[in-house]
Amino acid sequence: MAVALRRSRLAGVALDESEYAAIEAAIGREPNEVELGMFGAMWSEHCGYKTSRALLKQLPTQGPGVLQGPGENAGAIDIGDGLAVVFKIESHNHPSAIEPYQGAATGVGGILRDVFAMGARPIAILDDLHFGPLDEGRNRHLFKGVVAGIGAYGNCFGCPTVGGALTFDQGYSQNPLVNAMCVGLVSHDRLRRARADRVGDLIYLVGADTGRDGIHGATFASVEMDENSPSRRPAVQVGNPFLEKLLCEACLQLNELPDVTAIQDLGAAGLTSAACELAHRGGRGLEIDVAQVSRRERGMTPYEVMLSESQERMLVLVREGGEAAVRRIFDRFELHADRIGIITSGNRVKVRDGSAPVVDLPLDVLIDLVPLRSPPAIRPARTLASPTADLVEPQRLLLDMLSSPNLRSRRPVYRTYDHQVLDNTVIGPGSDAALLRVPGTNRGVALTTDGNHRYVTLDPYEGTRAAVAEAARNLVCTGARPAAVTNCLNFGNPQRPEVFWQLQESLRGLADACRELGLPVVSGNVSLYNETSGRSIPPTPVIGMVGVIDDLDHRCAAAFQQDGDLVFLLGESREELAGSEFLAFLSQPLSGKPPLVDLEHESRLQAALLECTGLDVLRSAHDVSDGGLLVTLAESVLFGSRGLRSPAVVGSVSAAALYFGESQGRVVVSVAPRRVPELQAVMARHRIPLQALGVVGGEFFQVGPEIHISLSTLREAWETPF
Amino acid sequence: MRTGIVVFPGTWSDRDCAHAVGDVLEQPYRFVDHRERRLEDIDLVVLPGGFSYGDYLRCGAIARFAPVMEAVAAFADRGGLVLGICNGFQVLQEARLLPGALLRNASCEFRCEWVNLRVEQGDTPFTRDCRPGQVLRIPISHGEGNFYADPPTLEALEAGGQVVFRYCTAEGRISEVANPNGSLANIAGIVNKRGNVLGMMPHPERACEEMLGGRDGLFLFRSAMRALQVVAA
Repeated sequence: MAVALRRSRLAGVALDESEYAAIEAAIGREPNEVELGMFGAMWSEHCGYKTSRALLKQLPTQGPGVLQGPGENAGAIDIGDGLAVVFKIESHNHPSAIEPYQGAATGVGGILRDVFAMGARPIAILDDLHFGPLDEGRNRHLFKGVVAGIGAYGNCFGCPTVGGALTFDQGYSQNPLVNAMCVGLVSHDRLRRARADRVGDLIYLVGADTGRDGIHGATFASVEMDENSPSRRPAVQVGNPFLEKLLCEACLQLNELPDVTAIQDLGAAGLTSAACELAHRGGRGLEIDVAQVSRRERGMTPYEVMLSESQERMLVLVREGGEAAVRRIFDRFELHADRIGIITSGNRVKVRDGSAPVVDLPLDVLIDLVPLRSPPAIRPARTLASPTADLVEPQRLLLDMLSSPNLRSRRPVYRTYDHQVLDNTVIGPGSDAALLRVPGTNRGVALTTDGNHRYVTLDPYEGTRAAVAEAARNLVCTGARPAAVTNCLNFGNPQRPEVFWQLQESLRGLADACRELGLPVVSGNVSLYNETSGRSIPPTPVIGMVGVIDDLDHRCAAAFQQDGDLVFLLGESREELAGSEFLAFLSQPLSGKPPLVDLEHESRLQAALLECTGLDVLRSAHDVSDGGLLVTLAESVLFGSRGLRSPAVVGSVSAAALYFGESQGRVVVSVAPRRVPELQAVMARHRIPLQALGVVGGEFFQVGPEIHISLSTLREAWETPF
Repeated sequence: MRTGIVVFPGTWSDRDCAHAVGDVLEQPYRFVDHRERRLEDIDLVVLPGGFSYGDYLRCGAIARFAPVMEAVAAFADRGGLVLGICNGFQVLQEARLLPGALLRNASCEFRCEWVNLRVEQGDTPFTRDCRPGQVLRIPISHGEGNFYADPPTLEALEAGGQVVFRYCTAEGRISEVANPNGSLANIAGIVNKRGNVLGMMPHPERACEEMLGGRDGLFLFRSAMRALQVVAA
């Protein structure tokens, strides 16, 4: 092929010359256009993990409770009573940057399908969102659009949005992060794998007709964006949550049929990825006739059919003879389904258009033999000295910080999401972690997403460890024991050595922290090339974590509960301000070492807290995180609408670090006075320092001589609208 | 006494209503498919919340044509008790079983939050366990719950004592601040003239257990059940 022509074709599918040569060598000929498109999709970062695959291998993925680790539509863990929780987090950053409403909506749709493809009923959605400052019009448009899109999809579908995170930073300007996590519930014996292990099974494509939307979405997610990106708008898909609801109900019923052998959702790279992975996981091949695929528009080519990312589509594998029962379910939900192919023995994907052959490729090359990239990694130079700032007027500063976009109440956002449907929401959005009842039991699952991009920017290894520790601490504050992790790794262009170094270090931190805390990673997603016009986003690994509480009667709230309860700080405050919300708020440059993460202390702290919640010693527990101690105390006050009288907060550190530092491994708890000896005994046994801070009650938030704020003033600041 | 919970393809409060009736109150129920035409075995019909047919057009505009709605109309005509919650309220209006319309929330946003409702009529089959003026805490979850009726209709509703619930403050005051969606006269729920068909935007099935935030929703289900027992006796 002429060099110029080949170059332009390769650019269209985001492959390079060496990858093209690898394809030729593997298949012994030049790929045709459809085949090249399939390689482009399957060898993209999004589907093939070509830059991150080697690094991901170090993650611990096994544990006694793990029923399904990475490699399936979602991960699954045992939660007792024969029940499993299925969950995964995934990014939809690139589509959301172009078309925020549909980008976010279809992000939710995609992650829901991953969960019900496993046979699980979705019971919760969480969203971890990052935007640039709202005073820029484009960022405000993205923020409003993303929030509206998440609400529109989840609300209509009927799955509660119970938590997540929302962060604003200049580094996300024009390049928002939209990570959606879905959690589902299924009994062990109904947990399903998308694996075609039976030759002769029929392949049904069910749900939406196939259109031209989303073509090259996977490839699009694997290149950086530039000023031409808005012209890629047709690559963004459009969601139909009502159809998704029908698909979900149908799949859950199909899951009960013995003749249905696998269910797989169509996500990135559409039919290509779904069908090839389904067959390859079971060690089989497949044949597809694209002429059988119903289309939305005339004149679509086999290339477009194979790579369309039209939403709300699933593949269902049916044993021969089972068609009638399957049809009955499709008909019940008025779903359109086409029989498009068959599972074959061997290792090949064959696609034809009627009688004309279109594709004939070896599946292992397409899926396993992705040429891995190991770009150079360079640790960027950094200043270790932390900037400091004088603490003047702490009261004014606290109010200003509480009213700032990063710390103010998230209620204006989460009240646009249905967070109650399904009648399981015990603790909804706005707290350390959400807590859901497992229907029919008194068990609960606690859910959270966490991450701090500033710590990760300062030190990707420590910052990622901090995220894991914080997520676990958040779950423990509700009384749940952390069980397993899903993760979404949002980074810039890995071909930049400093970005690849961040990815390397972050994954090393993730692996170490999960291993040390005994938490398996059961699913995840990598989103690279988050870069606009040459500027990378801050490295942002997002940790999604699931915990289990065996008896919801032992749950714990973050809100102060009763006047007269005594308030304690658990853990130690150090002279740590680098990476803090305090310094960011004061527009100080980001430098220095992020707060120390001591996982050994963390384990003891969490064990001690769980011991206390198990004995109902605590009235409240709230993790100290962004904004530091004063913000944490103010939040417990605001959540419970009860004041606090704290004569003094003491410590051997500066007032700024004491009030606004973000030393890790700290929790604010409140206890009834008569339970104090038990608290002290448990903390002493686990060697956790504790400091009495004050008493719950009154109409004021009062700390030391300097801070004396009426609850109404405090609330007014905190409830500043977006 | 048996509750029939109507399920349109996009209904999602069906399971919550079943939980409230079946698990919390331990009463018999069955799901009624939108294609069904017979309700002879049913004593209380619940039209739950959701997005009946996606509701990309006007909410409930397609649902009113579902076969089951003919049966619901006949059931109501026979004096059977019908409770429409959220989307169910919208469907009842589209089916002309209740007057008025539910417009887009004045905020133009979806709202999911706990609200306070003042019981305006304690003598309907759905509120007989409540004191008039009692304040119930029950959540809303809707984008289109802004009650509207033209002036003569509104006047007739008020005069006929058909306004059953109004959004109010925790102290029971009817005020603008307590109105979550812009509803005329803070109207949250109404009955038909005969008093056997109630439509309300808030979700009583979400307020049946302390663990989920409150139990005030039980007043409605218990009232309806007692009303039916009285009839049966």
